[in-house]
Amino acid sequence: AAEGRGPVPGDGAGPSAPERVLFPPTFSVSEIKNKQRRHFMFLRWKQQQRKEKLALKKKRRKEREALGDKAPPKAIPKTIENQRVYDETTVDPNDEEVAFDEATDEFAPYFNRQTVPKILITTSDRPRGRTVRFCEQLATVIPNSHVYYRRGLALKRIIPQCIARDFTDLIVINEDRKIPNGLVLSHLPDGPTAHFRMSSVRLRKEIKRKGKEPTEHVPEVILNNFTTRLGHSIGRMFAALFPHDPQFIGRQVATFHNQRDYIFFRFHRYIFKSEKKVGIQELGPRFTLKLRSLQKGTFDSKFGEYEWIHKRREMDTSRRKFHL
Amino acid sequence: SPQVVWSMLGNRQFCSYKMTTKTQNFCRNEYNLTGLCNRSSCPLANSQYATVREEKGRCYLYMKTIERAAFPRRLWERVLLSKNYEKALEEIDENLIYWPRFIRHKCKQRFTKITQYLIRIRKLTLKRQRKLVPLRRKIERRENRREEKALIAAQLDNAIEKELLERLKQDTYGDIYNFPIHAFDKALQQQEAESESESEAEREEEDDDEEEDKREFVEAEDSELSDFEDMDKLETSSEEEQEEEEEVEKEASHSRSKGKTPLKGPARRKRPYIEIEYEEETEPGTKTK
Repeated sequence: AAEGRGPVPGDGAGPSAPERVLFPPTFSVSEIKNKQRRHFMFLRWKQQQRKEKLALKKKRRKEREALGDKAPPKAIPKTIENQRVYDETTVDPNDEEVAFDEATDEFAPYFNRQTVPKILITTSDRPRGRTVRFCEQLATVIPNSHVYYRRGLALKRIIPQCIARDFTDLIVINEDRKIPNGLVLSHLPDGPTAHFRMSSVRLRKEIKRKGKEPTEHVPEVILNNFTTRLGHSIGRMFAALFPHDPQFIGRQVATFHNQRDYIFFRFHRYIFKSEKKVGIQELGPRFTLKLRSLQKGTFDSKFGEYEWIHKRREMDTSRRKFHL
Repeated sequence: SPQVVWSMLGNRQFCSYKMTTKTQNFCRNEYNLTGLCNRSSCPLANSQYATVREEKGRCYLYMKTIERAAFPRRLWERVLLSKNYEKALEEIDENLIYWPRFIRHKCKQRFTKITQYLIRIRKLTLKRQRKLVPLRRKIERRENRREEKALIAAQLDNAIEKELLERLKQDTYGDIYNFPIHAFDKALQQQEAESESESEAEREEEDDDEEEDKREFVEAEDSELSDFEDMDKLETSSEEEQEEEEEVEKEASHSRSKGKTPLKGPARRKRPYIEIEYEEETEPGTKTK
């Protein structure tokens, strides 16, 4: 056992100078029974590993410099987005079938500028202060929107009333324990209904370095990263909330950014400082959404036909698989 | 006899149906009429007893008499009460005729209570039912963690800025912003060696009033390539100078009229620069579209 330990330092407590230590090949640090000694040996081993790694890096860098132009290109680091499992429903920009589908789906009248969006925002029963304020701020962000209190009315009954009064979209913000945590977005004349889980809601006063209130101008819309078919339809739902002709004078932009199935909503005011630089200032509320289910018709939890439901057991098995 | 039973169960010995709290004793026996542990409401200590119980929405009157005390199986006699409230009360009355007042009264009270809550159940099932979905802690934590990481990976500010610049480049904003278009410049420089004639043709095209800031960068790069062309264009430059000066003024006023411009400084600085640059350089509108 003594031979196995290599050069023994004085008392084994402090780290000795990390020289090259030669161990017989069958030796492993975990075999030492004494914890203090084992810990010390492990640290020494770690230092050695680090040294070797550094030396390797240096060598590689020297080789790269030596080769100059002929050096192989730098390796791209793996990210989750790089390693994403290829989704077969990814939309190809030139896909005709998708284009045809989109020309005939429920949002076609909106995209053909036949309808102007009119939004109804409401909450679940008995909303608390935070939710109410969030609804108000959301109403300032989305032009042509109205907030109404729920007062215990059944959704199925208010939907026909909304349709009668020419509303195009219905947003219901669900609340739990005094914070908003769910969003149901329903396109009205028998359009799809999407149910989201809402998190990290920040009201205007909680955002640091924010600007003034959002004005009445129609904002632009940015939809990022909606690649699959499902993502496309959700993206169109969001786009249908805002009037089709943004007023660039207002310089406001609402962004829905999809990253790993989380949709981040931000509302900014931008200014072009030069043609290569733009400054953005965040105003308005922010929240993140995660899609839970998409239903074909309007809101109907019992008899509706679901296009997509998030099933945890089946869909959360891989960390590299995303659906939006 | 019932007195003996009560003297045992009531105070002295153990009764498994008895539940004591600080202020009261309750009886958990299912046949108990009032739910309290009393001498008069204990079904074990009274040989003549009656209760009303409901099963699946129908109410029954249960009765126990002394005659059947020896036959536990047949002890409790069950009578179905009618669905009509008043009729059921009459049925209770006629079944419990000659019974002690207390039991009769309490039976009717209990029956009333039961019908009331049955009505309530029926009403509530018609209304919307709130479905309580339990949150799973592990899953909530996992989703929050993933959301944070996704937020970091998203680099929202950069993404938004890139998108806005893209839109600026693709001219979605039209004439509001009058910035020179850098990308086209670069592409042009590459093509200049090949096709000078194209660039001449486009010189006349000047839609946007470019070059103000561009001039500064472009000069250093272009100087080698476009020296010869400059010589030729010295004459034509003067006319264009006048045109472009007007445009320059328009542009400056544009930037002022934009309303909320926290950056007035750079906008103002542009003007003097432009005029200076103009005289030196004579390569307007070489940018291809």
